[in-house]
Amino acid sequence: MALLELRNVSKIYHLGGEEIRALDDVSLDLGNGEFVSIIGPSGSGKSTLMHILGCLDTPSKGSVKLDGTEIASASQRELARIRNRTIGFVFQFFNLLPKLNVVQNVELPMIYAGLNSRERRERALQALDLVELGNRLKNRPSQLSGGQQQRVAIARALVNNPKIILADEPTGNLDTHTGELILALFRKLAAEGRTVILVTHNPEIAAVTPRRIEIRNGRIADNVDRKLAGLDRIVPNAAPAVAPA
Amino acid sequence: MNFVNAVGVGLKEIQAHPLRSLLTLFGILLGVSALVAMSAIIAGNERGLKEGLTAIGGLQKVRIEAQPVPIEQRHLRDFATGVTIQDVRALAAGVPEIQELAPHIRLDIPPVLSANGKSSRTWMTAGCLPQQLELMEHVVGHGRMFTALDNEQARSVCVIGTGIRDELWGKPTDDGEEIIPVDQMIAINGQPFKVIGMFQHYEGEQDRKARELARAERLAQRAAGATNTLDGPKRSRGWGGGGGRRGNFSYWIKNNTVYLPLETMRQQFILGDTNANPNRITVIEAKIRDVEKLDTALTQIRNVLMITHRGIEDFAFRTQEDWADRIQDTMKNARISGGLIAGISLFVGGIGIMNIMLASISERIREIGIRKAVGAAGPDIFIQIIVESVVIAGLGGLSGLAASNAMVWVISQLTPTENAPIITWPAMAVAFGFSVLIGIVAGLFPAIKAARMNVIQALRYD
Repeated sequence: MALLELRNVSKIYHLGGEEIRALDDVSLDLGNGEFVSIIGPSGSGKSTLMHILGCLDTPSKGSVKLDGTEIASASQRELARIRNRTIGFVFQFFNLLPKLNVVQNVELPMIYAGLNSRERRERALQALDLVELGNRLKNRPSQLSGGQQQRVAIARALVNNPKIILADEPTGNLDTHTGELILALFRKLAAEGRTVILVTHNPEIAAVTPRRIEIRNGRIADNVDRKLAGLDRIVPNAAPAVAPA
Repeated sequence: MNFVNAVGVGLKEIQAHPLRSLLTLFGILLGVSALVAMSAIIAGNERGLKEGLTAIGGLQKVRIEAQPVPIEQRHLRDFATGVTIQDVRALAAGVPEIQELAPHIRLDIPPVLSANGKSSRTWMTAGCLPQQLELMEHVVGHGRMFTALDNEQARSVCVIGTGIRDELWGKPTDDGEEIIPVDQMIAINGQPFKVIGMFQHYEGEQDRKARELARAERLAQRAAGATNTLDGPKRSRGWGGGGGRRGNFSYWIKNNTVYLPLETMRQQFILGDTNANPNRITVIEAKIRDVEKLDTALTQIRNVLMITHRGIEDFAFRTQEDWADRIQDTMKNARISGGLIAGISLFVGGIGIMNIMLASISERIREIGIRKAVGAAGPDIFIQIIVESVVIAGLGGLSGLAASNAMVWVISQLTPTENAPIITWPAMAVAFGFSVLIGIVAGLFPAIKAARMNVIQALRYD
């Protein structure tokens, strides 16, 4: 059974009487330990899909099953709990809280998980060791470089031991070299058995992932645009780049 | 998120904007300190007023005295006896609600008191029974009160107030040395009496403080080697009553009291006067057992007296109800106006908090989005904002309590009056409770707004 099952998912917005189908009848399976990228031009519905995969939003139609549990009709409170325990977010603009130091930022999800302060501290330190930032505990985010901030964000995403890591343009604000380091980190996480989803429009990043899903006009494209997926840069016998229906 | 964490987050947020938080907090501080100081001043006033009431025996005391026969009974006036000693006996036997009875006789013309080569008149020269002491809240400071035996044998003894001592023997010196004329002889209308006791000096808080202050000043002057006091040579300050200020009237009258036994009064001054009714009593003071049953007691007394007076209503009651009512009214008005002012300033403080919390959440939309993305549910955000607001208000409340204590201390130092403000624990508890309540109410709307914020829009917000 897949970890995430989307069946005939649609997201419809109403703007001044006009119906906008941001997602139109999308079905998708994501398994445990998959490393996948979601690509597509702006306005394609990529972000809407990400919001639904990340439990930030619920679909207008269709069913979303996470670990076999239906969440399409979940309450805000249940969604918050799933975001807290099952999903780790990594954002383009890092989204660290500027007034908190590195450790406090990493502890944040655990506060909402109701862990006590000793356990929070312990697990935050472990997560920061994993991203090799154990020496910058008391720094504020503004005192760190972009790459370091993104690693703090990844530590924060990992700290509740989620099954899914959802990253939205995680290298968008980083230089090439730092971006590669971050991507290497994601690859490592996927190898450990976590499902890692990268949302991007950068072909170089899409090229790294074994599986690519392209969204076009709110639907999953039958054929991945080779250029958009970065496939023109790598050898042709790479992983099959076809989205299962 | 547990509560301790929420408070921690709230405190951190306050720390992050010290000036803004301080200004907001100041609004609540003013409101709370206004509330506490106002109630302290009112409580002080009330104590001052009630002190005067207690000094003359309080609400439990009913005065029974003669009055002219009412107009419809005018034809019976030759049968009117006035208040007599028989009334006292009848009341003692017939009115269970009376705890204590103290009749006294005063002469129509205040007698002349002379001793030590000086003489004086005092209106409050009364022949009475020993229990008068308790009923009129007198305390013997030196010597003793006369006893039932003194009364029975009509001994020529008396107890005087310090005012009489001041007139006849002289006032205490600044150093606190005073003449105690116990065992001295005093002539009342020419009859020799022995002073067997003197009451303590009665004064209000204000007089006592003023006296102590003046004394401390003089001692300091003397210590500094001043040969002349600031007052200059001894002089009369002109007409204006018994030498300077009298202070509270009820204290002044108590200090100018002379008590002699009732029988002595009758035998020495009444029985020789052929015009006088030998059994006549000027006033009966009655102490009621229970203030709540004042009306019942008055009815009982009236019924008994209507029998002894054969239906002629030549007596009247005087209670302290009017005085007490006036105190109540004054206090009620002061409380309403004071509470209103303090309430308005607390309200303004609350608006300040709400304003700041609204500004604070719109400044932190992104933060709220991030918190929600990592797992904060609506209620978590709601609690966080409420706690912040309550922490600001609570800190304002605490500093308001401190400020009001300081304020009241300053007031009581500047104006040493018997109305010195009193800070009560209930007032502080209520004021602090109000500040917390205002924190909650003011935080409610911003907190709901923050909790309902859409996570996706909040994350995108710049």
